[in-house]
Formats: sequence, C-alpha cells, structure tokens
Amino acid sequence: MSVPTLTPEELQRYARHIILSEVGLEGQQRLKAAKVLCVGAGGLGSPLSLYLAAAGVGTLGLVDFDVVDASNLHRQIIHFTSDVGSPKLESAEQKLRAINPNIAIRKFETRLTSANALEIIREFDIIADGTDNFPTRYLINDACVLSGKANVYGSIFKFEGQASVFATKEGPCYRCLYPEPPPAGLVPSCSEGGVLGVLPGLIGVVQATEVIKLILGMGEPLIGRLLLVDALTMRFREMRLRKDAACPVCGPKPTVTELIDYNAFCGMNENSGETLPMAVMPEMSVEELKRKMDAKEDIFVLDVREPNEYQICNLNAHLIPLGQLPARVGELDPDKHIVVHCRSGKRSAEAVEFLRKQGFENVQNLAGGILAWADKIDPKMAKY
Amino acid sequence: MKVIIPSALKQYAENQASVEVSGATVAEVLAGLTARYPDLRKHIFSDDGRVRAFVNIYVNQDDIRHLDKREGTPLQSSDVISIIPSIAGGSSRAFEGPR
Repeated sequence: MSVPTLTPEELQRYARHIILSEVGLEGQQRLKAAKVLCVGAGGLGSPLSLYLAAAGVGTLGLVDFDVVDASNLHRQIIHFTSDVGSPKLESAEQKLRAINPNIAIRKFETRLTSANALEIIREFDIIADGTDNFPTRYLINDACVLSGKANVYGSIFKFEGQASVFATKEGPCYRCLYPEPPPAGLVPSCSEGGVLGVLPGLIGVVQATEVIKLILGMGEPLIGRLLLVDALTMRFREMRLRKDAACPVCGPKPTVTELIDYNAFCGMNENSGETLPMAVMPEMSVEELKRKMDAKEDIFVLDVREPNEYQICNLNAHLIPLGQLPARVGELDPDKHIVVHCRSGKRSAEAVEFLRKQGFENVQNLAGGILAWADKIDPKMAKY
Repeated sequence: MKVIIPSALKQYAENQASVEVSGATVAEVLAGLTARYPDLRKHIFSDDGRVRAFVNIYVNQDDIRHLDKREGTPLQSSDVISIIPSIAGGSSRAFEGPR
C-alpha cells in the first residue's frame, strides 16, 4: 500500500505524534491513509469522531439521519446550542473541518440498513459502532464479520459502559458475546433510564483509542476482552471473551451468510403472547382528554413515568412509576375511569394491560403520551 | 460471595450495586439472589429456567458459558459474580428509544 506523504503543515500539526517512537512519521502516514466509519454522530460518535479527526485519520465516514435536539446537548459535544434543529451530519462536519481541514469527510445521511450496510462499509477499513439500538448493533456486527472488518464497539446505559473490538480475524464478534438481543421492553431504554452525560465521553474516547491502535498496529487491542466502565465507582473491569464455536455468523459453520432482517431478529421475542396488540388497546386522544378535563368529568389520570421525568413536565396526574404499579395498585379505584399516560404511550400501554388483568375495566391509554400533549395541547410544555 | 448488579437491573434489587449471597455453585447463588429479589428473576432467567441469551454471568473474569460446569461451577467465598446484560445506548437517537 502506498502511503500518503505529509505536508509541512501536517508535520507541524502531528509533531507530538510523530516524536512518539511507536507512531513516527510512518504511523502518522498510516493514520492519513486510514478510512474509518463512525455509525452514529451522537453521544459516542461525538468524542470518537472529534479525536479521530484531530489525530489525522485521513477519511472519516459518518452515518446519521437525525437532527440536533436540545436534549442531545448534555452529552453530544460535537453539537452546539446553535445547531439545534440542524442535521447532525452538517453540524458534525462543520466541527470536524474546523478541527482538521486536512481530512476527507464522507457523509451518509441515512439509516444503516441491510440494504445499504455492505455498500457503505466497503469503503472503509474500520467500523466504529456508536449506535443506540439492538437491530443496528447486530447489523453492524454481521456486516463487519461478512466484510472482514473490525467492529470497534461501545455502548452505554445510565452510569455504565461497555467497549470491545469485535469481528477481527481471530477474535470473537458481538454475537459471540450476546447471541440474541433482549425482547423489546424488557431492558429499559435510554429514554427511560437516562444516561450520565460524560459517560459517552469516556466510552467514545476508549473507542477512538482502539481505532487508532488498530490502524497503527500497536499495543494490545480490546480483542477478546470486554471492558466494563462504572462511572459511579470509577472502576474499570475486564471480562474475557471467547469466540463462540457455535456462533451463527463468525463460527466455523455459519448459518448467517448474508445480512438479515434485523428488526425482525430483534423483535421476534416481542409480544411473546403477553402483550395486547395495539389494535385492541383502549386509547384516548389528548384532545379528548383535554375536553374531558375542561368539562371537569370524573377522570383519574395516572402517570407511570419516573419521578425525574415528572419534574420535567406533568399533567398534574397521580404518579406511580410502572415498576411500582404491581405493589401500589391498591392506590387505584377500580370503579373510576382511569386514563394512563407516560412519555410516548408505550409504558402506559403496559400499565393498561396490567390493570385490565387485575380486573380494572374502565382503563384507557393516552395515545402518544405527554409528547402528544405537548405537540397538540400545550406547546409550552417541555419535551424530552 | 459478592454479586455485582448492573445499572440496568439495580431497580429490581432495591437499588443495590452489589449484594452478598451465599451458595456453593453459581446456580445456588443465582437462586438465592432471585429468591431475595423476585423481580430480578425474569430479567436473568427465561421461563424454562435458563439464563437468558442477552445476559451473561461471569465468575470473576470468566463467562460461565465457557466454564466446564457452567451454572454448576463451584464457588469460593472470594469469587465475584457479575451479571452483564446487553445494553444498546450510545447515539444521537437515545431519546427515541422504544418507549
């Protein structure tokens, strides 16, 4: 492989790298020749792409299709307050160019799918996974295994993060670690659980470090090791990972030899006979609730979000977090007309189903939750 | 021995980050743990009683799936059991999760 030469400006810019004997001029040239794809320009993607750009990775690809929201700003440090409402890729590109005008930036303003993943990944040497959902994580993993490219993985939840390097020739892949995703709803999502804003900083920087080590071929990469970071105790632990001989994608007898439908894969445990189909979920619109409240009809509004969410915005409803509902069901009067709400309508649907099983007959779910209320009834209400 | 509870599951264990549970094997410790905190059970075990495919149990640094006796692995009081579920958070769209 021919390596690109460095301009005088670049020699000066990267001087503190080049004087490291482990990097040197050759290492810096390798960084310049490298092509890294960051999937997600959010919490993990922010520090990851900023550091890779600063380090002089010659070609950075970014995949995202979202716009900057005010609730992103506490952790997605590549996006500024003035960027709220702008596409994330535009916002990110602007910052990356300001940090390092020498690098090439490839923007993919799209959702990564089974139809486009191999095509997008093909242009790059290393893939960094900074996504937020299981279908995309399995998709990236499988695409990396099938393409023979390393998957530099990071994931966060509340105060804890995980990082590893998957899909190298000898090492395990994400499916070796977790053969199956959790059924939807069993593991709380970030929107329900929240996340400490600096945590993606910690994990994203670990990912950037691993990407750079892989490019330079130095040190001990996180291959076959799962790094666990607990920000509360500030303990870094490490678990041993092994390649799973029965792995359906990287094992010796793979059954997954092309990309599959990852939404189906991750949803197949969903609604395992227990959840009411949405079609039979008794619902009330926010407009109807507003009318009934204004008419002072005898309605009991139940909020099943967490107390912290209640502090952001509320309908002055009775608060019982979903997890406490079984223990606190005695607070509710089965003879009342009850309307249950949460943020978007999903948790409250579970609550409605639970209450119906408990014999509550007159229970409805507020369609669209407090988000719909903010959109249609009270535009001044904080959305999160 | 010490069982470390991950952030994602703390709410089902009275917000404890770690608990002391006695038992001669991994299976006994997990049984003791879920007897004390019944809400944890469905998050660790499937209906047929097997550890779920998206939850890994480690004895010190080793995944019990790779130990000869798996759940039957004998324990010493100094061993640390970790429950590590898969987590997916990290991106721009964290607030557009499934809920």
